[in-house]
Amino acid sequence: MAGLVTAFLAVVALAAVAALGAGAGMANVFGIAVPYVAVAIFVAGFIKKVIGWASTPQPFSIATTGGQQQSLPWIKQSKFDNPSTPFQTVVRMALEVLCFRSLFRNTKLDNRASEGRVGYGSDKSLWLFSLMFHYSFLIVLFRHMRFFLEPVPMVVTGVEFVDSILQIAAPTLYLTDVFFVVGVSFLLARRIWDPKVSYISLVSDYFPLFLILAIALSGIYMRYFAKVDVIAIKQLAIGLVSFKPVIPPNIDWSFYMHFFLVCVLWAYFPFSKLMHLGGVFLSPTRNLPNNTRMVRYINPWNDPSIKPHSYADYEDDFREKMIEAGLPVDKEA
Amino acid sequence: MSKMAPPEEVMKVDYSTPAESWMDVKPEFKLGNYSYPGKPDVLKYLGLPNPREWNPVEEDWKLPPDWREIVRDGFRELLKKYRSLKVFMDVCVRCGACADKCHFYIGSGDPKNMPVLRAELLRSIYRGEFTVAAKILGKLSGSRKLEEDVIKEWFMYFYQCTQCRRCSLYCPYGIDTAEITFLARDLMNRIGVNINWILEPVANCNRTGNHLGIQPHAFKDMMDFLVDDIETITGRRVEPTFHRKGAEILFITPSGDIFAEPGIYTFMGYLLLFDYLDLDVTWSTYASEGGNFGSFTNDKWMKKLNAKMYHEAKRLGVKYIIGGECGHMWRVLNQFMDTMNGPADFLEVPKSPITGTVFNNAKSTKMIHLVEFTADLIKNGKLKLDKSRNAGITATWHDSCNTSRGMGFFDEPRYVLENVVEKFVDMPAQTIREQTFCCGGGAGLNNGEFTEMRLRGGLPRGNALRYVQEKFGVNTMSCICAIDRATLPGLADYWAPGVKVTGLHELVGNALVFEGEEERTMNLRQEDLPGVEGSEEDE
Ligand code: HEM
Ligand code: SF4
Ligand code: SF4
Repeated sequence: MAGLVTAFLAVVALAAVAALGAGAGMANVFGIAVPYVAVAIFVAGFIKKVIGWASTPQPFSIATTGGQQQSLPWIKQSKFDNPSTPFQTVVRMALEVLCFRSLFRNTKLDNRASEGRVGYGSDKSLWLFSLMFHYSFLIVLFRHMRFFLEPVPMVVTGVEFVDSILQIAAPTLYLTDVFFVVGVSFLLARRIWDPKVSYISLVSDYFPLFLILAIALSGIYMRYFAKVDVIAIKQLAIGLVSFKPVIPPNIDWSFYMHFFLVCVLWAYFPFSKLMHLGGVFLSPTRNLPNNTRMVRYINPWNDPSIKPHSYADYEDDFREKMIEAGLPVDKEA
Repeated sequence: MSKMAPPEEVMKVDYSTPAESWMDVKPEFKLGNYSYPGKPDVLKYLGLPNPREWNPVEEDWKLPPDWREIVRDGFRELLKKYRSLKVFMDVCVRCGACADKCHFYIGSGDPKNMPVLRAELLRSIYRGEFTVAAKILGKLSGSRKLEEDVIKEWFMYFYQCTQCRRCSLYCPYGIDTAEITFLARDLMNRIGVNINWILEPVANCNRTGNHLGIQPHAFKDMMDFLVDDIETITGRRVEPTFHRKGAEILFITPSGDIFAEPGIYTFMGYLLLFDYLDLDVTWSTYASEGGNFGSFTNDKWMKKLNAKMYHEAKRLGVKYIIGGECGHMWRVLNQFMDTMNGPADFLEVPKSPITGTVFNNAKSTKMIHLVEFTADLIKNGKLKLDKSRNAGITATWHDSCNTSRGMGFFDEPRYVLENVVEKFVDMPAQTIREQTFCCGGGAGLNNGEFTEMRLRGGLPRGNALRYVQEKFGVNTMSCICAIDRATLPGLADYWAPGVKVTGLHELVGNALVFEGEEERTMNLRQEDLPGVEGSEEDE
């Protein structure tokens, strides 16, 4: 509970700082300085973290096998849950990253003690809403390209077109905006109301959810309610990416708030659990093939000085008893 | 088991979470929820630090004065050696997908048995000691300082994890709590916090070759005993050999198979099969342990104990190795052996002398599973099997954690089983194959003092067994793991009384029809076969 409140207040405070600061003539700070710093932190932090993982050796090949192994030729291998070749492993990873394969397996404990039965029914809600959230995030991010590129590439307008296919409201409603908010809200609600999840939740679990929700809501406010001056904002965005930053007049305070929260997310990202984005690719239980009886896996720090208690020492220890029992020995007594 | 409440009561698990933060809940050591500490002479023999008498229920654990530095330095060292640890410390999103997957959580309701929280016990220290970001927010961010209470909590919960990896299957990032437990145990070993039921077997394996400490002559005696039994049952005198140089195959199985029921019947099954095939196979008393208690201790001891297998294979000049029915033994053989002790360039790619099948799936380790070998024999029609010798059995199959999630060994044993029994039904889908539930005794937790917690952890397996017992009349649970064979009989007695536990090759041994054999009147347990004259008609 303390974590939830702290995270919520932190996000409110951050939003207020930007809204008030930009209004008080600090547009330069929020429109130029902060974004550059945030992106720099994101890029440097992200690279540092990934290099830190990648440069650490993985001593053993420890795939978690989720299906039948490659075995005798007449036994059907479960190729993508228990891959034995690099290609199959790539497919496994792709399923993991693009379809959340492991989450798809999720079940829910149902202990009906009075009936003497315990069930583990399929529970795909986390899978569904996570997928909804992540793909909306991705598409929303992609759509933002229109602010940074002139002319706007066809793919971006294409995605926009499909996304607003329902043609309701003015400006037309993006489906991903709805999915995005629904997805985050589900994750947040679950964190609050599922006692198991709430018990394990920390500030750092609530904070990104509130932050992302605030980003989404402020974005929606700008688009559908404040109807901010998009031309001016595009000028600012293009100025930033071309390293000729300008602060056009007529930009609403709500934009600075939205933009600042995004910057906070960038800067926070490399130090947080959001790094699962990079980590999932380096997870040794998923990215290694189960072929360790076919191909020797090398551990760079394998210590050759560790030797078994030798047979010779063993025989020295037990020779007489062995001879007496009629067991063959290498050296007679 | 007089103190243990009946299953109906134990099933009523309280899954509610305490009002206070988990960091404020102290572990309570009670007989039945922890294992006894390592004995001083065992630690001394193994060269492990801080040998002493100590007791978890007492306040003072007699840690070395600089224990904090040792743990910190050790943690830093492991973070440099294991990418798995580093990634797993960093990427958990606490989504809770793993939370209700652990049998100890399902059976106890203790939130610290949720795999995510088990890992947080270590992760909180990682954050508190090694990251800047979380330090600022302190407890709210889930970081904390290394205190003695933390070590006590580690001891409690990293010895309430059987390294079964069920949690890892469901985690969207594959976070493997078994790996975290293994490394946490390594850290604790550095300050003398460990359990005797692991370390004494490690010491025994090292010196005598097997975890029970059976000396060579005694091992041979036990073998002779079983050979006599086989003669009583089948009229055949099988002639196993020891340390025979130039044999084609070295056979290694967990020593539990020669020592105690029901493992010995599986052992007799091995002997009968080898005799049937006239296989050029030899045994070793030096390498008489398939299991690897080092894999519950640290990477050094895992390697050192495993190294005996190749050492002995080389000395005897065999062509390849066959391994018997065991769980964690096979995780080590599949995922660790070649890396630690290979390359086995002095051996040849295993080729069945009976069928000519080349086992390319083991072309580097040169060690195959006996069940692969047997499945291939059956497929090629090389075994004459009479299922009616196992009549009366309605079998189900327990997939062992390690062969399931550290290998993927599902269809081979089922194929063999279906060829030796008349009736076979699987337990519910979400409790078998890769989703299988642990027996509760893995990773060194099959000791007497831990029985209560182990039986609670046995709830999911026990309940699934009970289900098929009631619904399909299952009366036998078969498995390919020595720890299972030791643990499951107790589990079945408690959760599904009346179900007996067998190894797979016990059933093979029963069903094998030798040319010109005398008719069998009893099975390997020396129970009368149903329908045989003179036997009691049992209902
Ligand atoms: C294999 C790929 C991925 C999987 C399986 C995955 C899974 C998840 C899950 C289960 C959550 C929910 C956490 C909760 O309950 O709060 C989550 C949250 C999140 N993920 Fe991913 N994710 C993946 C990749 C990514 C990528 C590529 C991004 C890129 C931005 C990303 C960004 C986020 C963010 C921003 C959150 C929400 C914040 C939070 O919950 O703390 N994820 N992810
Ligand atoms: S499933 Fe994985 S990411 Fe989710 S809480 Fe468990 S360990 Fe963490
Ligand atoms: S490895 Fe098994 S026992 Fe350990 S936390 Fe995971 S599910 Fe539980």
